[in-house]
This record gives sequence, structure tokens and C-alpha cells, in this order.
Amino acid sequence: MTDAQNDGLRVRGLRVSFDGFTAVDGVDLDVPAGDLRFLIGPNGAGKTTLVDAVTGLVRATGSVRFGDRELLGRDVHRIARLGVGRTFQTAAVFEELTVAQNLDIAAGAGRSWWTLARRRRRLPDEVVAALDTIGLADRADHLAGTLAHGQKQWLEIGMLLVSDARLLLLDEPVAGMSHDERDATGALLETVSRDRTVVVIEHDMDFLRRFARTVTVLHAGRVLSEGTVAQVQADPRVQEVYLGHPVDAPTEA
Amino acid sequence: MTTVTGPATAADEPAAPAPPPPARRAGGRARAALGFAAGAALLFGAAPLVLSDFRLALLAKYLCVAMVAVGIGIAWGRGGMLTLGQGVFFGLGGYAMAMHLKLADAGPGALPDFMQLYGQLDELPWWWRPFASPWFALPATVLLPMVVAFGLGSLVFRRRVRGAYFAILSQALAAAMVILLVGQQGTTGGTNGLTDIQGFFGYDLDDPVNQRTVYFLIAAALLGLLALARQLIHSRYGELLVAVRDGEERVRFLGYDPATVKVVAYVVAAGMAGLAGALFVPAVGIISPALIGIVPSIEFVIGVAVGGRATLLGPVLGAVAVAWARTALSERFPGTWTYLQGLLFVLVVAFLPGGLASLWALRRTRRATPDRPPWWRRVPPARGGRTRTEVPAA
Repeated sequence: MTDAQNDGLRVRGLRVSFDGFTAVDGVDLDVPAGDLRFLIGPNGAGKTTLVDAVTGLVRATGSVRFGDRELLGRDVHRIARLGVGRTFQTAAVFEELTVAQNLDIAAGAGRSWWTLARRRRRLPDEVVAALDTIGLADRADHLAGTLAHGQKQWLEIGMLLVSDARLLLLDEPVAGMSHDERDATGALLETVSRDRTVVVIEHDMDFLRRFARTVTVLHAGRVLSEGTVAQVQADPRVQEVYLGHPVDAPTEA
Repeated sequence: MTTVTGPATAADEPAAPAPPPPARRAGGRARAALGFAAGAALLFGAAPLVLSDFRLALLAKYLCVAMVAVGIGIAWGRGGMLTLGQGVFFGLGGYAMAMHLKLADAGPGALPDFMQLYGQLDELPWWWRPFASPWFALPATVLLPMVVAFGLGSLVFRRRVRGAYFAILSQALAAAMVILLVGQQGTTGGTNGLTDIQGFFGYDLDDPVNQRTVYFLIAAALLGLLALARQLIHSRYGELLVAVRDGEERVRFLGYDPATVKVVAYVVAAGMAGLAGALFVPAVGIISPALIGIVPSIEFVIGVAVGGRATLLGPVLGAVAVAWARTALSERFPGTWTYLQGLLFVLVVAFLPGGLASLWALRRTRRATPDRPPWWRRVPPARGGRTRTEVPAA
């Protein structure tokens, strides 16, 4: 958490193609530091591919800058060490390890071999703090595989917190969650975004209306609209994509 | 899990009773010390008293296999790398030791017997020469396999070769090593291998007292490797290795390079196999391609699978049990043992993937949680991860 001004995401002309199919087609995107940005769009709009490109999972052209560093062309684990963390649509915690062990591993990239070769005497402070933040302090010694679905997602977010990610890219964090779990997750995201930048891919419009600070709508690999929730909702192009026709200018579906 | 403890509200909820980890850890350490003491008493006290010299020599051989198994337990059980080619590292260690012992047997300046027989060599090949010195040969038994494993692992894991592809690759390596050894008969002893090893650093290996000493050496080495493996499993690295096994991509996104993590486990396993090979030579008096090829490499793995690959002791007990069964049964039913062994492997992998150790663990879990239903009444976790065994209290 060095210079908050440096923790913004700046994407220019991003393009990702798979065998001739262009999944992301020249996206420009600015997420200022400290934003809680929702990324929405119909299936196949390129939301997840965009995150894949930013985190180094797929090859892309264009430019992705996080702070003053160019991310494109770096290895996945190098990008992660620069402070860019992500989650996946399906919770991917280490089920055979305890909650505390999951967090300890997440906190430990860059540990020396000497530290790695020894036992953990006690939990690092940031792990203890994260256990409280994600509400799993009483489950610290349980295997992550025994957690409920929502708790696994929180654990994943906690893992990003302790890894000192300053940009969090969350892929459908509330999918499959109950109502209460969604509320808790939204509150958690608001807390997290106080000193970090958060980008959320989400389909749940109700969740979006309640927690999004800003919204970017992707469609067919391009940015369709961007702004506050109200601005985006009022955009006829967005209505066309989501409803099949603009409200006041009907066209064929 | 009775109510939804959200992240925001959890702080004011009373913490559920969690098992105190420090106490458990202290207990675990005491239990481990007790276990090591029992193992030492068994290997150093009971076994030499009860077993005949012949049986003790067999046990020494089994313990060498068990040392390889400890390494496989780390690489495969904890790291998920099914290595079907540990014979390569076992062989490197074994040949390094045997080369030194052959040169020592022959005496300074002389050629080993087999080279005079069909080598038509006037002088020692250049790559044999360093092995005349014990200061080179002894470290080489462990370091040579580790260096080879490092080179190979770096190549393979960085290219993200894994799963069955890695298993096949490692197996092919064992085949290649055998072909190389057999093809260079003049300098490697070919199919016969390096045989008829007489002395071990000045001691006559035909003397039962010295054989017994070799057995003690092997038993001590096995206990040492177990201690090392235990430290490794319980270290932060050990946890990281399990994480790589279960979610390699996820680990990558946390800022680690999983290839490095895997290479380390692979190198450690190779070093253990090398040491086992080196000690196998004085115990048995021979090292040959038949002892390090594809079949023995698979047999190493079968023992680990039967015992329980992810546990510390499972691989050791499994390896000894399978090796013992092989001796006992192949004497009586020479033709069928191979089939029995294959059947055993298939049965374990299909119905007891955790090996026999998982039966023990199951018993312990049941004792710890009396309200846990027996396994035949448990329902596999549904999507969402909630298992039926965690019955909501409300």
C-alpha cells in the first residue's frame, strides 16, 4: 500500500484472440485507485477474458498498466507479486489445508527458503487480521474443504488481502450465495475497497445496484457504456443489449 | 454453520470452540518422538534379535526400498507428481557406490574384473576415474541423482508437464537409462550390472558381522530420512507443496512459481532414492539394470500406494509389506505374483486411494467425532462444498 495514486488500473487497446475469434476487441478501461468497479455484460462479452489478460493467464496485445508498471508480457506469478490478485468463478481454495494454512500460504509469496523450511510458530499478524475481516476466525483450524460455499469465497478474498494485493479482480463472488451471504460479501467489498482497488465481475443486478460505485458494461469484447449505476441503467445501448431493444426506439431483436 | 456468519458480523459473535492448535502440536511432537523411539527399538533391537542373518539381510534390502518410498511419498503423496522412474535415481546412487567399491576391490591402478573380461580396455574410462575417491563417490551417490532431477524437473515442470504425461515421461527415462547401461557393456557391465562386490571400505562383506553393520547403517539412514520427511511435511514448504498439488494455478496467482516448488520435492525424492541405491549395493552386493528399470520403478510406487502415499509412515510400511510379500509369494507362486501385485495396485487405487493408512485415519476421525456417521452413510459433498455430515444444529 505505497502510493494510493499509483494503484489504478489503466487498460489501453486491449485485444485477445483465440484462433481467430476476438474475445476482447480493443478495450480501454480506467479504474482509479480505491474504486469499487463492477464489470457487467451478457455472456461472451469478454469479462472473464479481460481479467485473464490482466492477470497474465492469456496472451493479449495492447497495454495494461497497474500503477506505473506494464503488466502485459509478465508471468502470472510476477503479476501477482506486483499486487494484482484475482478469484475464480468456482471457489479455488486448498481444500486439504486449514483456513489458517490457506491464508498463511497466500501471505507468504516471497518468503525465503529458510522460512519455508521451518514450521509456522504462530500465525502472521496480517493472517489474524484477515481471519477477523472475513469472519472465519472461529474456523481457522478447519479444513477449507469443509467450509460452506460462501465461506470459501470469503476465504479467497481473505487470501488476496493477506497477499497484499492492491488490485482485486473478483469473478462472480456472490454466485450461488444466499441472501444473507450476499449482504455480508457486499459489506466486505466495501470495507476492502477503502484502501484497495476492487473490480467485480457480476451478473446479479440487485447486488450491483446496492454496492457498485461505478460500472463498466462490456459487449462483444468492447466497452459499451461506463458510469454510475444510474447513468448506465439509463443508457439506451445498455438496455438494447440486455433487453434486446432500446426502450424508446424499438428494433428487431 | 447454523447461521450465516457474515464477514461483517462475525467479530461480535462468540467464537465457536476451536481445537487449541499449540497443545495439539506439542502432543504431535511427543507422539512423533515416541514413534521414532519405537521404530528405533524395532529396527535396532527386536529385528536383529529375532531374525536370522539371512532374514536380516532381506530386511536390509526392504528398508532400502522403503527409503525410496519415503521420497515417493513426498513427490507423489504430497506433491502430486506420480514418478514412475525413481529407479533412475536409485540406479545412479547404486552405480556410483558400486563403481567406487569395484575400484576399491580391484586395488589402485587396476581395472575392475568385468572390464578385463569383455571390455578390452587398457585403461579406466575417464568417467570412472573420479569414483576411485570416496570423497567424490560418496557425495555423488546422493548429489548426482539430485542434480539430474534438478535439470530434468526444471525442464519438465516449467513447461507445465504434469499428471499422466509426467508419469509416462519419468517411466521412459527409466527405460532409457536401462538401454544406455546395457548398451555400454564394456564400461557398465551391461545386463549383468556391477556384481560380486567384496569389500565395503575395508570391511569384508561376506562376514555376517559386517553385513549386520550394513543393516544398522541402512536402518539409521531410513530413520534419518523419515525425520527429514517429517520436518518437510510439517514445514511451511510442506503446506505449500500440498497447495501446489491441489491447485497449481491458484498458487501461481498467489505469486509463487509452482515449478520451483515441485522441483524441490522432486530433487529431495531423487536424493532419497540415490541414498537408498547406494546402501542397497553393500547390502545385496550387486546393482544391475534389472534392479532399476521400469518394473522395479513401478514396484516402488505400488508399495507407496498400498501403504498410503500422503502419510509419513504409510509409504515405508507399504514398501516393506509389498517387498516382503513379493519374496514370500513369488517363492511359492512364481508365475502369479506379478498378476497379484498388479491386482493389488488396481484395487488400492480404485477403492482405497489413501492406502491402508486411510483406514487408520478413518478410525481416528471416528473416534474424534463420535457423531460422525459411518462412511457408508455419508453423502459426498454437494456442489457448494457443504457435506451432509455437518448437520446444522438448528
